[in-house]
Amino acid sequence: MTLAGLSLAYLKDRALNTALNILLLTLSVATLVILVLFSSQLAERFERDAQGIDLVVGAKGSPLQLILSSIYQVDVPTGNIPLATVDLLRADPTVAEVIPLALGDSFRGYRIVGTEPAYVENFGGVLAQGQMFAADYQAVIGAQVARETGAGLGQKFVGSHGLSGDGHDHEETPFEVVGILAPTGTVLDRLIVTPVGSIWAAHGFEAPPAEGSTDDHDGHDHDGDGQQDHAAHDHEPDDHAPVETEHAAHAGGGDLEVTALLIKYRSSMAAVRLPNFINKQTELQAAAPAVEMTRLLSLLGVGIDAVRAFAILLMATSGLSIFVALYSALRQREGDMAMLRVMGARPGAIFGHIILEGVLLAAAGALLGVAVGHAVVAASAASFPQLRDMGLTAARFEPAELMIVMAAIGMGALAALIPALKVFRVDIAKTLADTR
Amino acid sequence: MTTPDEPLIEVQDLRHEIAGRCVMAAPAFTAAKGQHTLLLGPSGSGKTTLINVITGLITPTSGEVRIAGQVMSALPAAQRDQLRRRTVGVVFQTLRLIGALSVRQNLALAQRLALGENEPAAIEALIAQVGLTHRADARPRELSQGEGQRAAIARALCAKPAIVVADEPTSALDDANAVAMSDLLLATAEATGATLLIATHDNRLRARFDRTLTLAPPRVAA
Ligand SMILES: Nc1ncnc2c1ncn2[C@@H]1O[C@H](COP(=O)(O)OP(=O)(O)O)[C@@H](O)[C@H]1O
Ligand SMILES: [Mg+2]
Repeated sequence: MTLAGLSLAYLKDRALNTALNILLLTLSVATLVILVLFSSQLAERFERDAQGIDLVVGAKGSPLQLILSSIYQVDVPTGNIPLATVDLLRADPTVAEVIPLALGDSFRGYRIVGTEPAYVENFGGVLAQGQMFAADYQAVIGAQVARETGAGLGQKFVGSHGLSGDGHDHEETPFEVVGILAPTGTVLDRLIVTPVGSIWAAHGFEAPPAEGSTDDHDGHDHDGDGQQDHAAHDHEPDDHAPVETEHAAHAGGGDLEVTALLIKYRSSMAAVRLPNFINKQTELQAAAPAVEMTRLLSLLGVGIDAVRAFAILLMATSGLSIFVALYSALRQREGDMAMLRVMGARPGAIFGHIILEGVLLAAAGALLGVAVGHAVVAASAASFPQLRDMGLTAARFEPAELMIVMAAIGMGALAALIPALKVFRVDIAKTLADTR
Repeated sequence: MTTPDEPLIEVQDLRHEIAGRCVMAAPAFTAAKGQHTLLLGPSGSGKTTLINVITGLITPTSGEVRIAGQVMSALPAAQRDQLRRRTVGVVFQTLRLIGALSVRQNLALAQRLALGENEPAAIEALIAQVGLTHRADARPRELSQGEGQRAAIARALCAKPAIVVADEPTSALDDANAVAMSDLLLATAEATGATLLIATHDNRLRARFDRTLTLAPPRVAA
């Protein structure tokens, strides 16, 4: 039995009070840990998924929605834009690269993205098996898609209309898996990529298409109101999904469409000029991922700040509660303290053992809080696929968590400080003379 | 530190005043190793004050106490703590067992503080010696008065102190228990060779000690 053992014994002796104090601290630390995990992981994921992309061009509508749908693949697109835009922008000397995206279909909830191999390269995607798509209806699947659907090379599947997986199947030609990507830790992991032409063809446009094959396309909703998910439509085969093939587009083909374009600048001049230029076009809008995500994070930030303030208040409360518990316990322990002195314990040692009592309490609460925080994040990621898709994982620890634990323990020590100082003031002779 | 024939306790011209009032004036006396002394005096005569001076808890207004050859009051605080830790075991009337610890843990903590290490075998032996083996895991509040006193004595002894001091160990006890208590103190002190000093106003104990010392109530200062 040491003085440290005595600290533990005192905590056990008032078990209910100890448990309540630990609980209070656990709640506060868990809340802070959840905030840290959410904000750091989401911010990092935001950054990784937007890597290399300077500007997104899409249909007019909410710029945030455009970014969310075309970069993070979480919202519905704002609409479609003329395929001619691709050539228009590729001709611009300040633009280094234009990657077209055609969205609108999915397979078991995984989005099928009509694009070019440059899209995969942008995320550093490397084939684990098979090869890059080279023709329509060839598909390359992300690591997570392969893992969760169990699809292998040569697997045929039929895309369904809409992005959420509850649209009805295209009964036409099935896609064939020709390549499987290694994990990238980006949005690419949960995508199915295929040539833009596949999307057009799936929507009733044979490749290569004939001019005028898009007749019944007219009259559909093209106003860029992306709130209307494809899946919500009682659609025709060619519902407002992108139409026509690359070849036709290059041939200058009429009202062929894609959903959005990811732009990489060649020079910083582009940042000044290009967004304005695009936004002046009637059908187009340009949105910079960095700007939109900063705006989103600052909007979220208000909420995060509020929750954080609450958690810090909770931590201060638990510090106060530890202080009150120790202070009142120490009043009853003056006799014990005097006796410890008689038995030869140095005042500094007794002081330390009281501080330790606060620290043990705080450490228990803090470590439990970290465990609970991670458990909550794990449970959220398990029950909300959107969160998991955003890359939320409980399996990672942030440096900020260590700071939270240290802060909690420091607070425990601080809460014990005033009660512990009592040891230097206690009048041993007088206390021992007290015969209560 | 001490030669065999040097007295363990040596008191000289000891006086203590509180707020100008003399609360204790002790006659000169010495206690040799293994000697058992009964310190008698009516309530308020300054017995507790003398014990506090001997254990170094208070510094006397004048005079000095030598413990194992060292003047307690002249030592710096750290050395005084150390001397007390190594040399003196105290039993209080109110026992002062630590309520959050079992009997065994109370002993183990005292031993640890005094010796810097635990000797579980010595603790078990001591617990057996005071007849508490079956109560070793009990908390102090679960003990009877007699059991508590035996635990407090065992605790005072487990650091193997050269001096055991007891302040009114029997005042709350009936005759039979008072006799049993003092016998236990005498027997355990005998067994460990400790010097025993018992302060009491209880004349029942007088017959059992070879030496008694009487503390007269101090005169009120002029
Ligand atoms: N801390 C103190 N403050 C004031 N008076 C005290 C204090 N300690 C002891 N006294 C007084 O000193 C006298 C001796 O007390 P004490 O040593 O406890 O006597 P005893 O133990 O023999 O009963 C008493 O009159 C008591 O009131
Ligand atoms: Mg007294």
